[in-house]
Amino acid sequence: MDLGKITAVQLSKMIQSGEITAVEAAQVSLKEIQQKEKDLNAFITVDEEKVLNTAREVQKGIENGELTGSLAGVPVAVKDNICTKGIKTTCASKMLSDFTPPYDAWVVDRLKKAGAVIIGKTNMDEFAMGSTTETSAYGMTRNPINPEYVPGGSSGGSCAAVKAGEVSIALGSDTGGSIRQPSAFCGVTGLKPTYGTVSRYGLIAYASSLDQIGPIAKDVGDCAALLSVIASHDLRDSTSVNLKDYDFTSALCQDIHGLRIGIPIDYFKEGLDFEVRESILEATKVLKENGAIVESFELGMTEYAIPAYYMIASAEASSNLERFDGVKYGYRALEYEGLHDMYKKSRTQGFGSEVKHRIMLGSFILSSGYYDAYYIKALKAKNMIKQSFDYAFQKYDVLLTPVSPGTPPKLGTSLRDPLKMYLDDIYTVSVNLAGLPAISLPCGLNQEGLPIGMQLIGNCFSEKTLLGAAYSFEKGVSCR
Amino acid sequence: MTKQYETVIGLEVHVELATETKIFCGCSTEFGGEPNTHTCPVCTGMPGTLPVLNRQVVEYAMAVGLASNCGINQYCKFDRKNYFYPDNPQNYQISQLYVPICHDGFIEILTLGGNKKIRIHEIHMEEDAGKLIHDEWEDCSLVDYNRSGVPLIEIVSEADMRDADEVVAYLEKLRLILQYLGVSDCKLQEGSMRADVNLSVRECGSRQMGTRTEMKNLNSFKAIRHAIEGERRRQIELIESGELVIQETRRWDDNKEYSYAMRSKEDARDYRYFPDPDLPPIRISDEWMERVKRSLPELQPEKQKRYETEYGLPTYDAQILTGSRQLADLFEATTAICKKPKKVSNWLMGETLRLLKVYEYEPDDLSFSPENLAKLVRLSDEGAVSNTVAKEVFEKIFLENVDPECYVEEHGLKTVKDTQLLTAVVHKVIKENPNPVEEYKAGKEKILGFLVGQVMKEMKGKANPSEAKELIKKTI
Amino acid sequence: MAEKITDEMINYVSILAKLDLDGDERNKAKEEMQKMLNYVDKLKELDTDGIEPMSHILPVDNVFREDVVTNDDDRDNMLANAPKKKDGQYLVPKTVE
Repeated sequence: MDLGKITAVQLSKMIQSGEITAVEAAQVSLKEIQQKEKDLNAFITVDEEKVLNTAREVQKGIENGELTGSLAGVPVAVKDNICTKGIKTTCASKMLSDFTPPYDAWVVDRLKKAGAVIIGKTNMDEFAMGSTTETSAYGMTRNPINPEYVPGGSSGGSCAAVKAGEVSIALGSDTGGSIRQPSAFCGVTGLKPTYGTVSRYGLIAYASSLDQIGPIAKDVGDCAALLSVIASHDLRDSTSVNLKDYDFTSALCQDIHGLRIGIPIDYFKEGLDFEVRESILEATKVLKENGAIVESFELGMTEYAIPAYYMIASAEASSNLERFDGVKYGYRALEYEGLHDMYKKSRTQGFGSEVKHRIMLGSFILSSGYYDAYYIKALKAKNMIKQSFDYAFQKYDVLLTPVSPGTPPKLGTSLRDPLKMYLDDIYTVSVNLAGLPAISLPCGLNQEGLPIGMQLIGNCFSEKTLLGAAYSFEKGVSCR
Repeated sequence: MTKQYETVIGLEVHVELATETKIFCGCSTEFGGEPNTHTCPVCTGMPGTLPVLNRQVVEYAMAVGLASNCGINQYCKFDRKNYFYPDNPQNYQISQLYVPICHDGFIEILTLGGNKKIRIHEIHMEEDAGKLIHDEWEDCSLVDYNRSGVPLIEIVSEADMRDADEVVAYLEKLRLILQYLGVSDCKLQEGSMRADVNLSVRECGSRQMGTRTEMKNLNSFKAIRHAIEGERRRQIELIESGELVIQETRRWDDNKEYSYAMRSKEDARDYRYFPDPDLPPIRISDEWMERVKRSLPELQPEKQKRYETEYGLPTYDAQILTGSRQLADLFEATTAICKKPKKVSNWLMGETLRLLKVYEYEPDDLSFSPENLAKLVRLSDEGAVSNTVAKEVFEKIFLENVDPECYVEEHGLKTVKDTQLLTAVVHKVIKENPNPVEEYKAGKEKILGFLVGQVMKEMKGKANPSEAKELIKKTI
Repeated sequence: MAEKITDEMINYVSILAKLDLDGDERNKAKEEMQKMLNYVDKLKELDTDGIEPMSHILPVDNVFREDVVTNDDDRDNMLANAPKKKDGQYLVPKTVE
């Protein structure tokens, strides 16, 4: 059985019908990992014994009718910034190389209750700060389609694991595009939910007002299934919202007649790779064929998104990462003189450069004398960016944009010029600033065979509309 | 001619709220547990954890604001105060800077010059830090997070106070209000109420403010007085010798009676406050505010008036009784049982306060039951025990909360009504004390008291002194 | 023009962030920070008069929990990841009061 060829939903049906057991599915996953990992390096931690024990328990639950959900027995990977009780959770950092949380993140608890089998923790950019998974302290992950290229980031490991067939589905986190961009670069489907839809309890915070956990899968149906499992109200997350309807799979319908799709022309100016542009425009044809009304418009505020994003994200990160001080958990330097030296040495040695740069920038932005000019200004820009989307959603149901201005770069080329790397987040960061849901799905390949992704953005809490449009496109493409 | 200096003082008072749980997690706030047994991933700052606000904290904060004449900010939020220290598990404290819950109130105190309003600048909610203990053996520090996350309100006054007396009066009034509201037990020694003193000096008549210093570690009113006097002197000396007062935080050592600067070059003092993204803002509706207002217990001024009108107590008595919530509660409960307000008042104002002083207890420590006091009042009223005996029994009630009826029975302390025995004892005393008797006959009335005393002694207090007195007079 | 990042500022920020960069790392950090600040300077041209800073994206407020104890003594688990501990407490270098 090839996990890369069947969807999680299909696999789950096979497990429920007894065609294959949860243990066998887990064994397939572990075998793939054994074979592929030395080249791929998508995982940081895989505990084979634990996995098989869990699979055995899940199989029992399936056999006695307790576990009947759509993900029971399905192998799932979890990004290593999501806490898993009893399993090391490192954020791909030396700072947490020995950290074993005594609690599960809310989403992990939901996965376990649904009977999903957590296979391991995936590689990522350190503390989710990056777009290529190259800042990990555990080595880089290679793109499964072409090992010379990056898988994207920061959820590179999760996307690579799904594409390579090591697992059926995975969880990632998205602060400025960290689910959507690697999904596009690996040719899989990834969704960032509306802020507040999925509990952040147990997600090691990067930028609290922007972070969301979301599903990464082979297709829209799997994404919807995984989202239905992890999305819920959580009393331990004060920013978690209580929705009336968590059944996202009911949105999977092909009919999008009358759906109004807006294309922001601001996103199609210079800097966008020709092949990406062509691919997106091809995609509009499919959507039109399925009955959507596609129109271009001016979104506005686009050149302010990245500066606003980096200021807000760095500022919040600088505060969120203060807790890593070698006192209660995590890395403590071996030699130091006194308390403040311990802090400095532990943090300087424990964090990688990108993380340190962002902490310093963030601390600067919040510091006395600069707070108003930088941080408050950024929060005002955020307000205006949100307003520009509110205005757009008065006219359109869904917006269609590229995910990235280019296709995956080669390994080892991006970190030399961080600013350029930041600028490539142009299409994804606004979505986080405005708290909107967005999905990235494959819409073509470039000449070298590397995947191109397109992004659909919805209004707040309109995941169903979004999934409907994405599903329709996916089916439309497969019919061509 | 030396210059006259005026001391200008403001206070920042931190009060631990008496909620069951911490401000942002469901851990117990109970005092005195083994280290780190009241902790969880949230209050130990573990990665991925998030705060959830305890509603009771908001209500208590509102109550304090309303009771101290503050305006309530009906929209308020939390901010993070970022600084590194081991007692602060996230290395940021969740507090309120930009929009605190209460603003612009006042408390009235009684000074030599009459009533004075001490203005309150603001009141805000925040979380407490853990405790650090120094381990001398290993020359290191140990951290206990039981206290981390305990809810605090910080009450910031304007610099309206001018001397230690005013400061103490303000703190006592504040403590009274907080106790009446039931939001905190306010024990300076235990740290549930902590006062930081901001002090500067300036020449009398000057409108300009001098540079102020902040003093911490003031664990008693005595220490506060000493610290104020010491710091005033220190600042004046600096100014008179041409030096500048440096704005700094100083730690007061009451044993050595001096303060030293808590300066550290590692401490940039830039807290980088920004709104906490993990906590949504608070919107206090008019209805909610009304509800809290209506549920405020009777405060001291109203209670005092009521004692005067309802119980017919003189102002002086009413003031003393309402000077402590415990005392007032005891008064009302005891009076409800025995219906003799004046007698109860006398016991509380007399023997109770006396014994509190003798044993160095606080009114908070009063632990005897109103039932027992009520019984004693009845026994004394009926003449079943003499005053002397009553006082003796009361001390037992005070210390051990004995049931006076049982105690009197067991120890055979009831006043003896046996006139024959009394007459015999009177005769004995007269016989054994010829000189005092002569003095009495010579006109020294006062000596009667001595003779009565002797009779009481013989009777082991179980006589009615006025009866004895009459009998002695008659016999002589 | 964006703020010019001086060595002094780097020192100051390092104290705030408890980081101790030296030599190359420090120069790189200074360079990167300058580049970023030059870039984000763009925001200065945005007219934000009358715009409220938006710290919370969703119109949610008053999220509370009730004052009921829900946590038990879980000390062993809490201390399990401590780099150094003693007598049920976290051990750190001596703190100066």
